[in-house]
Amino acid sequence: MTNHWVDIKNADLVLIMGGNAAEAHPCGFKWVTEAKAHNKARLIVVDPRFNRSASVADVYAPIRAGTDIAFLGGVINYLLANDKIQRDYVIHYTDASFIVREDFAFNEGLYSGYDPDNRSYDKTSWEYEIGGDGFAHVDPTLAHPRCVLNLMKQHYSRYTPEMVERVCGTPKEKFQQICEMIGSTATPTRAMTIMYALGWTQHSVGSQMIRCGAMVQLLLGNIGVSGGGMNALRGHSNIQGLTDLGLLSNTLPGYISLPFDREQDYDKYVAMRAYRPLRPNQMSYWQNFSKFFVSLQKAWWGDAATAENHWAYDYLPKFDKLYDMLQVFDMMEHGEMNGYLAQGFNPLAAAPNKAKMTAALSKLKFLVIMDPLVTETSEFWRNYGVHNDVDSSKIQTEVIRLPVTCFAEEDGALVNSGRWLQWHWKGGEPPGEARTDIEIMAELFNRLRKLYQTEGGAFPDPIVNLSWPYIRPNKPTPEELAKEYSGRALTELVDPKNPTNVVRKRGEQLAGFGELRDDGSTASGCWIFCGAWGPAGNLMARRDNSDPTGIGQTLNWAWSWPANRRVLYNRASCDANGKPFNPERMLIAWNGKQWIGADTPDFKVDDDPTAGVGPFIMNQEGVARFFARGHMTEGPFPEHYEPFESPLGYNPLSRNEPRAVSNPAARIFKADREALGNVAQFPHVATTYRLTEHFHYWTKHVRLNAITQPEQFVEIGAALADELGIAAGDRVRVSSNRGHIEAVAVVTKRIRALNIDGKTVHTVGIPIHWGFTGLARPGYLANTLTPFVGDGNSQTPEFKAFLVKVEKIADASPASGQKT
Amino acid sequence: MSDMTRRQFLAITGSGLAGSSLALLGFSPGPALAEVREFKLSRATETRNTCPYCSVSCGLLMYSHGDRSKNATASIFHIEGDPDHPVNRGTLCPKGAALIDFIHSPSRLTHPEYRAPGSDRWQRISWDEALERVARLMKQDRDANFIARNAAGQTVNRWLTTGMLAASASSNEAGYITHKVIRSLGVLAFDNQARV
Amino acid sequence: MALQSLDIVRRSATTTSSPNVRQAQTGTVAKLIDTTKCIGCKACQVACMEWNDLRDEIGTNIGAYQNPHDLTDQSWTLMRFAEYENPDKGNDLEWLIRKDGCMHCADPGCLKACPAPGAIVQYANGIVDFHEENCIGCGYCIAGCPFDIPRISKRDHKAYKCTLCSDRVAVGLEPACIKACPTGALVWGTKEDMQQHAAERVEDLKSRGFDNAGLYDPPGVGGTHVMYVLHHADQPQLYNDLPADPHISPAVSLWKGATKPLALAGIVLTALAGFFHYIRVGRNEVHESDEQAAARETERARHE
Repeated sequence: MTNHWVDIKNADLVLIMGGNAAEAHPCGFKWVTEAKAHNKARLIVVDPRFNRSASVADVYAPIRAGTDIAFLGGVINYLLANDKIQRDYVIHYTDASFIVREDFAFNEGLYSGYDPDNRSYDKTSWEYEIGGDGFAHVDPTLAHPRCVLNLMKQHYSRYTPEMVERVCGTPKEKFQQICEMIGSTATPTRAMTIMYALGWTQHSVGSQMIRCGAMVQLLLGNIGVSGGGMNALRGHSNIQGLTDLGLLSNTLPGYISLPFDREQDYDKYVAMRAYRPLRPNQMSYWQNFSKFFVSLQKAWWGDAATAENHWAYDYLPKFDKLYDMLQVFDMMEHGEMNGYLAQGFNPLAAAPNKAKMTAALSKLKFLVIMDPLVTETSEFWRNYGVHNDVDSSKIQTEVIRLPVTCFAEEDGALVNSGRWLQWHWKGGEPPGEARTDIEIMAELFNRLRKLYQTEGGAFPDPIVNLSWPYIRPNKPTPEELAKEYSGRALTELVDPKNPTNVVRKRGEQLAGFGELRDDGSTASGCWIFCGAWGPAGNLMARRDNSDPTGIGQTLNWAWSWPANRRVLYNRASCDANGKPFNPERMLIAWNGKQWIGADTPDFKVDDDPTAGVGPFIMNQEGVARFFARGHMTEGPFPEHYEPFESPLGYNPLSRNEPRAVSNPAARIFKADREALGNVAQFPHVATTYRLTEHFHYWTKHVRLNAITQPEQFVEIGAALADELGIAAGDRVRVSSNRGHIEAVAVVTKRIRALNIDGKTVHTVGIPIHWGFTGLARPGYLANTLTPFVGDGNSQTPEFKAFLVKVEKIADASPASGQKT
Repeated sequence: MSDMTRRQFLAITGSGLAGSSLALLGFSPGPALAEVREFKLSRATETRNTCPYCSVSCGLLMYSHGDRSKNATASIFHIEGDPDHPVNRGTLCPKGAALIDFIHSPSRLTHPEYRAPGSDRWQRISWDEALERVARLMKQDRDANFIARNAAGQTVNRWLTTGMLAASASSNEAGYITHKVIRSLGVLAFDNQARV
Repeated sequence: MALQSLDIVRRSATTTSSPNVRQAQTGTVAKLIDTTKCIGCKACQVACMEWNDLRDEIGTNIGAYQNPHDLTDQSWTLMRFAEYENPDKGNDLEWLIRKDGCMHCADPGCLKACPAPGAIVQYANGIVDFHEENCIGCGYCIAGCPFDIPRISKRDHKAYKCTLCSDRVAVGLEPACIKACPTGALVWGTKEDMQQHAAERVEDLKSRGFDNAGLYDPPGVGGTHVMYVLHHADQPQLYNDLPADPHISPAVSLWKGATKPLALAGIVLTALAGFFHYIRVGRNEVHESDEQAAARETERARHE
């Protein structure tokens, strides 16, 4: 989230699209009902289903799954064509005036530089015109035909209301009504918030859907302001924290990317990431990259990380390609993986195409499970009748399952979607012999280290030299680890301008990332968390909920990254002179000497606004980007592409380009492309989702949740049910080209048949919560059906739009799903 | 009166008599019988925690038996929302409100287990056996497949044949130490739920 | 009443009057259910079971979101879902979701119908509570209830329903469902405050085109301590058959009128002694023999 949960109460308009906050985040959704009740806010829900969020919406519009860019592109077209933009904001705080290179082009769904053989682009032309001084050319009059705003106008002029209706199936009048409501927030005193979640990320164009939403918000001046923002609701309780801590194949803590093979030279590795400003006078904060990186290496390898060995640069693995989940499971299926560890993760249920996953796991030599619960993955080798019909004797994988504590049985911090790091305390003893993840990882490491110390082995250096300063090596405490990722001074730190002034004593915790240095004198395991455990102690455990200005800014409750800032880009809530656009909901303001207000300024606290430093301090431009340059895989502007399994089979926006039907740069492997189904065999559009009664595959183990939603079902619109002779409560079979499930049919008016380019398209809703272990009635894993295709940037699988066929099961007796 | 059958009338009057008469016979309910259910949290220990499900991260109050004295084993018997928490303000969704049944789920794992190749069952093992085995398997695989240099002769120091998925419901501290350990081994096949 | 944390103003089948000196000086309590804010998440259902140490069966799906399928001795509250195409809004769909459960009537039909002394009580704060120790399982409370709420347990043959968390209210807390409700669809306070809150909600709803929005506080049962805000207060039946004008069943009214003097007559006692035993041991199903016994008693009373 750019903003945070409570701030939603300040919104004048809420757009929920690509998410279902009422269903999946009910207690956060309360701030929507608060905005409605006490701020006269209106709520718009755009979704393939009339869902629980829609049940309290002022306006609901249906949309075909996977066509959100067509819808949002239509909104951009409306805003630009009708001048519903916050002009000052757009001119001063975005790249609207930047001039794009002459060789940049877009034609029939493809951008310049496409390489069809590698399904990727040469992005050289996706760049601003850069002058000899290294700065981008701009035209503040916005007259230049190749300025970003004019290119955008041209690009989205194709997204007419008629086109939106043809592609999305959204009735034109509803679309028009929504555009007008959204356009009303272009004034500086009205704000719209966009709330989205996996309904946007789980598409082959997921990242671009989110960008497209952000572009709408930038045109309206809704980023950085109270009640505005792009608010990713996020999934698990610490999915934000683990992402911040870099637990992804290609990242290190604090959004530092790992080096490629070719980055053999440490200085070049740093230079590539220490982005230079693209306009005069801009902060471009990533210029401090080396301070973050060196402090991380010092936290991990201590004295072994020295200036001479480039801070143990060679200890880090270098990658030749991404080893994301889809890549790794594909390798596993091909017998290229031997071992796998699943810590609190149930990939058999959570990854696409269960048949492929079973085949992959069966090829492993060993699988290690660490979990509080009996996951399907841990028992993938066991026969559970129709729900997991495998032959144990043919599966040669050795499986070791370790019992882990749950939240209630340990101390520690979680990061919520509003970036708050909140400490929690242990309240009970774990069952049996369960241990914490920390203890397990520590003891496993100590055993490995001992083996390498005594036996030697492949490149033992990073293992034997790993900094392990914990008082009890097999039981590091959460406090020790939190202090380590926050950071401390390794030597006495003095003020470079006044060496007699000692800033931090040796060993003292640091107050923030501004104190980090790249000479090895500081250590911080995650620079964006620096200060969470500062000189004053554990700020994550703070519990002062006072809100002095009444707009929900509780700065002394817990601690948020970065620098306890609650609304990112909050400098953009003020005009060029530092006066708040909306004084009623002031976040910060310039008082002539410094920035003050209800939030930590996202700006240098004493920088005079008239100096012209832009509010988007992390960007090289100093402003926000409509034009993504080379940062996205499939193009600088979001473009509609069909889901990989499309009910049309063509892209109405680029009818004549077969390579642009679906995302030309999305992740798909050859065998998985062959496993795609077509509309002739699988005529119905399916989308998977969560229910509010359940959380993924955990709560089927929880009696109270099993009671409130006991049995697997799918949702079918009344029109499709009529067509197929299905009544509520009948059992149906839902098949894709990868497998089938059987479930009870919930027949509903809440799913409408859509008219897509003259053709009737039915949507089938597939809740994901059932499986073959747990207290709820046994069911099929929903990912039996889903395609193994990922977004081009995030590699997130396309769970939200694929093709199935629904059939009534003639024999009404319940499927045999007895446990063995 | 008109929509009442004779049978209903008689039935009601019959038992009505019974009820009213009971009191007159001296069966007047005593004070104890009229007491409301005793408030069960009066002296329970209250601990603050955060809901482990979605990323709203609601504040929780967990109530456990005993007062943290040496001889009492803390077992949580009730959970409700933390009214001081700025986001949830005491509220919980149906998952948060059911957390007590997660803690005490019959599906909770209680000891390390081992499934041999081709077997259809688990066998119980000790922590020592389990961790020794995992460490040994990992080292064997790493030593056999570690890539110090690629075909181009570049230093790459990676281990691609073993991977890990980390829990995005575990704490920062667990995530941090997991990352530190796994990266020190040279693993690249490493993700968390953010990928899905 | 020294042990009592809530003052009882009425009790079932008891002729001795309850102490009435202490009154709810700062107002009675009320739960307001705002159906227009409700997302049907079932947090209230879960919180209710959790707090009250109940666990219903893990059932089946019968083609609807509603689960369990009905109120039970374990499920004292239940979300009921209805899909409605509003002709006044171009047939736009509305998902009308109502939390069902005891309404805590000011004039409780269950209490009036109950033949077991002290099995049903009404506190000064407005809560109507069942004391199952005294319940004989006859089921008359169900007949007496205009909202079809109480359920007899198959396990112990006693009647159960929402207590409005009298144990929490007694120590100054809000009921478990109220506290849990994520969207503020359930609110809690004095009845007066809740009526005012409802008025503000109705004003907001009218600004959103719900011209018939209103408060449901049915006078036929003397008003209730559980009230609804409805978008369509003119059509409560849209919400899974919420009664438009609930009244206590005439059967119950009759027995109140007829039996009270009979009971006071006192002469019936001896004849009924054997009958008590049956009532207190087993479920009070009305058999032909019971009916005859009742008829005999009625006859006798008339002749006295």
